[in-house]
Amino acid sequence: MAGSIAMTTAPTTARTRNAITEPVLVRILLTLIACGFLVLFLVVPLAAVFAQALKKGVGVYFASLVEVDALAAIRLTLLTAAIALPLNLVFGVAAAWAIAKFEFFGKSLLITLIDLPFAVSPVISGLIYVLLFGLQGLLGPWLAAHDIKVIFAVPGIVLATIFVTFPFIARELIPLMHAQSADEEQAAISLGASGWKTFLRVTLPNIKWGLLYGVILCNARAMGEFGAVSVVSGHIRGLTNTMPLHVEILYNEYNFAAAFAVASLLAMLALVTLALKSIVEWKACRQLQLLDASHGENS
Amino acid sequence: MFRRVRQKRALPGFGLTLGYTLVYLSLIVLLPLACLMLKSTSMTWGRFWSTVTDPRVVASYKLSFGASLAAAVINTVFGLLATWALVRYRFPGRKLIDALVDLPFTLPTAVAGIALTSIYAGNGWIGQYLETWEVKVAFAPLGVVVALTFIGLPFVVRTVQPILEDLDPEIEQAAASLGAARWQTVRRVILPELLPALLTGFALAFARALGEYGSVVFISGNMPMRTEITPLLIIVKLEQYDYAGAAAIAVVMLATSFGLLLVINVLQWWTSSRRAMAL
Repeated sequence: MAGSIAMTTAPTTARTRNAITEPVLVRILLTLIACGFLVLFLVVPLAAVFAQALKKGVGVYFASLVEVDALAAIRLTLLTAAIALPLNLVFGVAAAWAIAKFEFFGKSLLITLIDLPFAVSPVISGLIYVLLFGLQGLLGPWLAAHDIKVIFAVPGIVLATIFVTFPFIARELIPLMHAQSADEEQAAISLGASGWKTFLRVTLPNIKWGLLYGVILCNARAMGEFGAVSVVSGHIRGLTNTMPLHVEILYNEYNFAAAFAVASLLAMLALVTLALKSIVEWKACRQLQLLDASHGENS
Repeated sequence: MFRRVRQKRALPGFGLTLGYTLVYLSLIVLLPLACLMLKSTSMTWGRFWSTVTDPRVVASYKLSFGASLAAAVINTVFGLLATWALVRYRFPGRKLIDALVDLPFTLPTAVAGIALTSIYAGNGWIGQYLETWEVKVAFAPLGVVVALTFIGLPFVVRTVQPILEDLDPEIEQAAASLGAARWQTVRRVILPELLPALLTGFALAFARALGEYGSVVFISGNMPMRTEITPLLIIVKLEQYDYAGAAAIAVVMLATSFGLLLVINVLQWWTSSRRAMAL
């Protein structure tokens, strides 16, 4: 971006202008290669989802969405996200508050540990809960004796989803809250506001766009997770099938039109997520510019 | 261990938030991971070694490692080109394509898997043309590379983009005014500046590809010794109720991931210290 601004605004001669960009032919060629690569890997798969979903007509498309098992899968996916999201939200805010506003020993180790689930393969994320709660697992016999089912049941799916979406909100908030000084909170406390009120009235407005950004990404991953959930679910139709697992079952039964119909819902979710993400990025950018501007006036 | 050395400011809530963070982190992440380590120690060293060096498992390491490496290299080369075009040139649809780069982060992997399979299968949009040249992508190792390229696509673009945007055009002008040809400026001045970010993006894409499961299982065809990736073998072991075997393979994968995490941290530190020096 900086290059193009300099190209159009700097009072340079034609020779130096040519010196910091490429010949027209090279520019066109590079743009075509770049766009070709991105279209091949991003646009074509996306188009394929919708084309395959509508291949047998609109009737089949909607019929596969309102079918009993599909509806059960949609319900379970919504339920899972509705449990995982608030839990990771509370954790993310608590972790960011402790890490960004206070100094303590072992802080960078704690940040690394919070990021850990991103480094773990989804399959392993599911496996660890099978080893802990499964019949042969550490707590398995005790759970079986008390007739509590975690693996091949909804609690396992929720746990695996919480694990894979664990860092999203925390890692969005930590740098953001770190960058904002604690002076405003300090002032509110010294004027007699309670800690909770200070958080709601002072901290929250400053971090709201970052928070929303984290929630959006966390939600997309929670609803779309496949590997981890697949290990703990047991694939029981109508009971422990989330939407991505339902897609897999339909696909393996060669019911392609229905598989792609459910997949198209998930693809739409991905597109809405991208759109919201762009809007939030734009808003956060404006908030930052406004903050900079007001700081500039003050100094 | 987390003894409070010095409280920076007199804000409330330190004990509560840190305590909650530690409890939640231990319950969700640390205890289950420790349980995995414990399970793998329940086998003897000899059995552990024979499980993780079984020919079928070794074949999966080769495919996972090779395909991830190939995908990361493709993403580094084309990701750099794409970033260059997105940052430096103006063309219609640029903002839309820029936003779409994050698609692999938000599109569920299973959806990506079946979409790519339908495109590259023998009767698919692209597969039918490749068929005439006798190139097989779906249900072949090449398909694994395609899926992993999709999954890793955003990493290089998103790590290099901010560095390229912040690059001071004056250094390019300086190089040009000192008589450097354009390609010399790019090779000697710009590329060295981008190198730490480029390597970070490469390592992130590679690490993500090693663990990927959802998009690969559809397109690979999962043929033993030929197109099985390592995460799939964990599932295979689980389906045979061989929990210790699954844990053993998982420990090998985890060790590799944590090693890569260390490398990535060093690379990120290098990138940010370079950036701080430049500013």
